[in-house]
Amino acid sequence: MHTMRRSRVPYLLLVPAVAILLLGMGYPLIWQIITSLQEYGLAQQFGQPAPFVGVDNYVTLAANPQLWLVVGKSLAFCVLTAAITMVIGVGLALLMTGVTKTARLILQIALLLAWAMPVVAAMTIWIWLFDRRRGVINYLLDMIPGVEMNRFDWLASPVTFLLVASIIVVWMSVPFVAFSVYAGLTQVSDEVLEAASLDGASGWQRFWGIIAPMIRPVLSIVLLLQLIWDLRVFTQIKMLQDAGSASGDYDLLGTYIYKLGTSSQDFGAASAVSILVLAITVALSWFYIRSLLREDAA
Amino acid sequence: MTPARLRRGLLSTLAIVLALLWVFPVYWMVNSAFIPTARLDSFIPTFFPLPGTVSNFTGALADGSFLSALGMSVAVTLTAVVFCLLFAFLAALAISRFRFRGRTSFVVAVLVVQMLPAEGLFIAQYKMVASVGLLDSVIGVSVIYIAAVVPFTVWMLRGFVAGVPADLEEAAMVDGLSRFGAFMRITFPLLAPGLVASGVYAFLQAWNEFTVALVLLPSDAAQTLPLWLRGFIQASATRATDWGQVMAASTLVAVPVIVFFLIVQGRLTSGLVSGAVKG
Repeated sequence: MHTMRRSRVPYLLLVPAVAILLLGMGYPLIWQIITSLQEYGLAQQFGQPAPFVGVDNYVTLAANPQLWLVVGKSLAFCVLTAAITMVIGVGLALLMTGVTKTARLILQIALLLAWAMPVVAAMTIWIWLFDRRRGVINYLLDMIPGVEMNRFDWLASPVTFLLVASIIVVWMSVPFVAFSVYAGLTQVSDEVLEAASLDGASGWQRFWGIIAPMIRPVLSIVLLLQLIWDLRVFTQIKMLQDAGSASGDYDLLGTYIYKLGTSSQDFGAASAVSILVLAITVALSWFYIRSLLREDAA
Repeated sequence: MTPARLRRGLLSTLAIVLALLWVFPVYWMVNSAFIPTARLDSFIPTFFPLPGTVSNFTGALADGSFLSALGMSVAVTLTAVVFCLLFAFLAALAISRFRFRGRTSFVVAVLVVQMLPAEGLFIAQYKMVASVGLLDSVIGVSVIYIAAVVPFTVWMLRGFVAGVPADLEEAAMVDGLSRFGAFMRITFPLLAPGLVASGVYAFLQAWNEFTVALVLLPSDAAQTLPLWLRGFIQASATRATDWGQVMAASTLVAVPVIVFFLIVQGRLTSGLVSGAVKG
């Protein structure tokens, strides 16, 4: 480790990275904070000066029931989707520890393929799978006796629309959870597990009493990342709206901001909502960042 | 059969069933891509693509928009990967080879910026890029991509640089090499795997990115591949979708990504949760 305190070398090395971050993220962030305090609508798009209005945008938004509806839906979507992802992901990771080598390899390859799919390609596949008339999902469900799913339009009501979105997000996110947790599990020694099973602990007790505490750091970080990613979900919702309905009932925070900015051209309000999303993200991220910093110090 | 072996057998069967369930959408994409449109239009799905056809692929490629989207994607991705690697490498060198005032602040800033979602910044990024007339340009979208990917790349490379002992370099310097020479001859070759892994990570991010591209590349002529692919779904609202073509197009976009992804997969998981596992 070079410890030349007065050296200018490290600063020179940082210049390009800092410059691009200031340009690509810093400037937009500051612009956004300022704009969220301005009246910035259609008139300002055409060159009118943007007057400062203090926290008016935030006050207006706070009084807007539609925003709260979108926030509520986004939070519910985020928490439910992240929870389901965690349960399935941890379940698959545990399963990987208890199966033959071949079975594990097959499962891992399947998960890797799903994980590697580019999100837009994954969306086209799922929209095809859920297609009203020729989708294979309706076809298979319809074969179950007593279930009438022929031509059922999944994207026609907000509840099934968000259910489809959630299924897709779970499908794409489970592999990351499963691999990360499995990596954590392989660090728990077999002796510990064997000793526990000799003690007569059931599978359930063994998981909550012994395994979960030992892999808690992985579990908490993976859960945190899921929450952050599911809160900002945009591509999936946007593409489902392309295939179905784009009305406001089908919005989560990402598409809500997008519409405020593009259709309504209300940059002031859009910036204020963006700041809200950023604030929630940074608050959630703090735990993650702290654990990474600990790693850096080590 | 002992109960333990029976249990293992049952669990293995369950694992394989779940694997098939998980891989089914990917299979369905490839399957549909090879089925003639007439058969896809039937209300009874075709579960095996035999005898197959490549007409969906030729159809998807026929209109020139694929080549233009491919060109745009390649240009944007190359720009982003090259500059991201260069900038991130220099920064990783600084934070892993030097202790200096402001180091911790820089590390914190990198980690915080890494978490900022494009979904929370795209309005401002649109405004910034539009104000300098760079909408629909490679530069505009690349700048945002580089900024978005640099933080994680710095973090990833930091680990690799720290993994090469500085003693090695110092020993080479004792042997008469300059600081720079020692670095280029000793450290740099050892870093190659790290640079490849980070480069592929940057490639995947830029190649797959949708949100920023949607906002910064509004015109059809400047579409990247994800936007091109979205065009097929968007059209479905107004006319019957040719699902064979959509799936062929998706396959074309997905295959290179899957190949590259498999190369770096191990590093990505360990990069994201390392430290967490060690506790």
